[in-house]
Amino acid sequence: MSLLQAKSVTHYFGGLCAVSEFNLDLAPHELVGIIGPNGAGKTTIFNLITGVYNATHGNIVFNSPKVAGDTELVGKTPSAITALGIARTFQNIRLFKDLSVLDNVRIAHYAQVGYSPIEALLQIGRYHAEEERIARNSMDLLAVFKLEDYAEEFSKNLPYGLQRRLEIARALATKPKLLLLDEPAAGMNPNEIMQLMDFIQWIRKEFDLTIILIEHQMRLVMGICERLKVLDFGATIAEGLPKDIQKNPRVLEAYLGEEAVG
Amino acid sequence: MARRWVLPVLLAVGFLLSFAIPQFGLLDLYVQLIIMYVGINIILTTSLNLVNGYMGEFSLGHAGFMAVGAYIASVLTVRVFPASMAVWLFPVAILAGGAAAALVGLVVAIPSFKTRGDYLAIVTLAFLMIVKSVIENIDALGGPRGFLGMDKLTTLPWVFIWTVLSVWVIRNLVYSNFGRGVLSIREDEIASDLMSVNTQQVKLIAFVTSSFFAGVAGGLFAHVLQFINPRVFDIIKTTDILIMVYLGGIGSIAGSILGGTIYTVLLEVLRPLGVWRMVLMPLVLVLLMIYRPRGIMGMREFRWFVPVRDLIASKLWRQAKQKEVGDVPSAS
Amino acid sequence: MTYFLQQALNALQLGSIYALIALGYTMVYGILTMINFAHGDLFMVGAFLCFIAATFLKLPFVPTLLFSMAGVAILGVVIERLAYKPLRQAPRVSAIITALGVGIFLENFTLALNPYPQHIPTLITNTTYTLGGLSISSLQVIIVVLSIVLLILLDLTVRRTMVGMAMRAISWDKTVVPLMGVPMNLVISMTFAIGTGLGGAAGVMYGLAYPVIDPYMGILIGWKAFIAAVVGGIGNIRGAMIGGFILGAVEIMVAAFFPSTYRDFVAFTLLLVLLIFRPYGILGKPRPQKV
Repeated sequence: MSLLQAKSVTHYFGGLCAVSEFNLDLAPHELVGIIGPNGAGKTTIFNLITGVYNATHGNIVFNSPKVAGDTELVGKTPSAITALGIARTFQNIRLFKDLSVLDNVRIAHYAQVGYSPIEALLQIGRYHAEEERIARNSMDLLAVFKLEDYAEEFSKNLPYGLQRRLEIARALATKPKLLLLDEPAAGMNPNEIMQLMDFIQWIRKEFDLTIILIEHQMRLVMGICERLKVLDFGATIAEGLPKDIQKNPRVLEAYLGEEAVG
Repeated sequence: MARRWVLPVLLAVGFLLSFAIPQFGLLDLYVQLIIMYVGINIILTTSLNLVNGYMGEFSLGHAGFMAVGAYIASVLTVRVFPASMAVWLFPVAILAGGAAAALVGLVVAIPSFKTRGDYLAIVTLAFLMIVKSVIENIDALGGPRGFLGMDKLTTLPWVFIWTVLSVWVIRNLVYSNFGRGVLSIREDEIASDLMSVNTQQVKLIAFVTSSFFAGVAGGLFAHVLQFINPRVFDIIKTTDILIMVYLGGIGSIAGSILGGTIYTVLLEVLRPLGVWRMVLMPLVLVLLMIYRPRGIMGMREFRWFVPVRDLIASKLWRQAKQKEVGDVPSAS
Repeated sequence: MTYFLQQALNALQLGSIYALIALGYTMVYGILTMINFAHGDLFMVGAFLCFIAATFLKLPFVPTLLFSMAGVAILGVVIERLAYKPLRQAPRVSAIITALGVGIFLENFTLALNPYPQHIPTLITNTTYTLGGLSISSLQVIIVVLSIVLLILLDLTVRRTMVGMAMRAISWDKTVVPLMGVPMNLVISMTFAIGTGLGGAAGVMYGLAYPVIDPYMGILIGWKAFIAAVVGGIGNIRGAMIGGFILGAVEIMVAAFFPSTYRDFVAFTLLLVLLIFRPYGILGKPRPQKV
């Protein structure tokens, strides 16, 4: 039973083809990596899955735990898709900079809140109980990521590594089944990358996640991904096990250029 | 918290004063009038701050919502309600004015789903001009000559009640789930969408609430001035409200109260300067913008307005955790 | 039919004036992403400078025009340096509020110095020509021709000169441009000078066409020109020209066929509808956000 199925997904920006014929059959709990040179269309695929763009052609079907059967994602709004159970982080951190660490996580609970606007305006009904619950949930989540001491700090004041961690915590607050990580190791040294590898494995188990990862750091990719898809200029040029991809001539050519391989 | 009783006590005192002052003539009638205008302006400023300050949009249509509220409320008290009942039905008229303005706010919210920034400014500006033109063309409303006949139903107690109610409701919204949604839209709308925030729903709520209270202010305004015409609700009026928002501080309830009060009072105090009053005021504004671009209380809040839970969230959490574990000091 | 053409001429005249003002908005927006809401009031200052030049200095038309344009341009640069430059890093809306403040200052300062509306003396002998049933005044011709000349000059400057290229570069990336050796502050000042100067020229022409002027005349016209700039696609110079002419056409045509009280209503509704179909204006392009 696939969790996510992308079929012949193609996307054009005006006349430029950013992604062509992307296919993916994702089983639950997999950890799949998407790699390729810059500009290959990797983040575009994340944007297509999460609804930031509507794919020009093709389907993306998701087996959401919240809805019976499969749901077509193309054409849905980003917030609807997130509510179905897909969350993500960003290449360039997109935290709510002028808001506190706690608020960043609380906001991600938006769709789970059980009171109506009227109850909010007058502070009646379920308002107080739900606010309690969300504050507690958020602090619990922050504690899991060892960020609870920073709860009232502005997120922009956090050191880079902690900001990245917060972004993941925030994404997990939406209770996803599928987590998309966009270059989580950007700007990290080899030591930090080792920790990140353990961290990703851990959250996969702890939060019962399926993960798709975009990354340039080969150490991380080869270390934890179960299988890879390699993109170049929007097209999938190779897919398979990491150890096979490492030796694939087309992949080497894409990264290093023709002369380096030949 | 010991301090938490101060605010309700102050409000109770204020409420009593609002009756006592007109009853016993404790203050000059002129001063009472100014206080009423301060209240009305606070409602206008706080409601606009919700959309322009907290949500980071640029809506230029606030005077239009005010106009809708003013006219609906006035038509009700002058033409619809029996004269003897007008005093008792005054709150109904105000609510009706607010509801009508809210309905119009619903319509204006829809373009905000797709456009932001300057384009939304145009849409709201065009809407303002359209409201003005529509009123001018309806003879039953007096057209360009205006509408009169309202009794002076707006009294100090009413202004006090409506001002406190407006500020309280808007503050509740800000510190709720929807208010956090509003803030997240200002910070990063795309990320907000992707973190499950239904941005369309949030924008609707913000616009409708904002325009409702602008309509309430309009109704109160009409019944203290006792005469309204379309020219009162033009771009200059919107500009006045914008200035109050930015003067007091964007994204701040206390800022809105401050801005509304300072602007109204200052303009009165400077009246002897004649036309030079409006030469000095903008200079002060420009200087303020240069040195405090977000306004006096920009994005900061008066502690007593912030819900306790938000102020000490982590402390409360730690206390709850300690109770759970049975007074064992937490490891981290 | 003649009536229609006659109105078309009026539309051309009004449209040229709107186009010149809209250009000022768009140029400043293009370079600083800031809406200079004082622009309409600078237009008003242009009209008053024209009054001063014509009445007290007794200058003929061309020197009056140059005097007014130069005066407004200098004022524009001074305002930019004193009030807008400090706010370049501040949130955009704060700069807009500052601009509103500057505008209010200009209106009331002029009012304080000059409480009564003034009348601009005739600087151009207004002969009416008849062409196949249409009456065309020489004033109309001069206004339209002058506007078109200025617009062409501006278009050439922005597209063909180094200054113009610098302006366009700054509108795309403010941080990198100074690193390339471009004197950014100088270019920004020049942009303001040109944009506001054009507004001043519009003030002169408006003053000649509708000779009674008052300090509040810039408010409504300024807002309308702002709408014209946005309709054309704010930041786009050709868009501002198109937007200005469209607004002029819509206003005159609506006034010609609808009762005068409906004029604003229909005009703004039409513009709103246009924005619904082209949310970024006619020639505007959404700046794509990278996610």
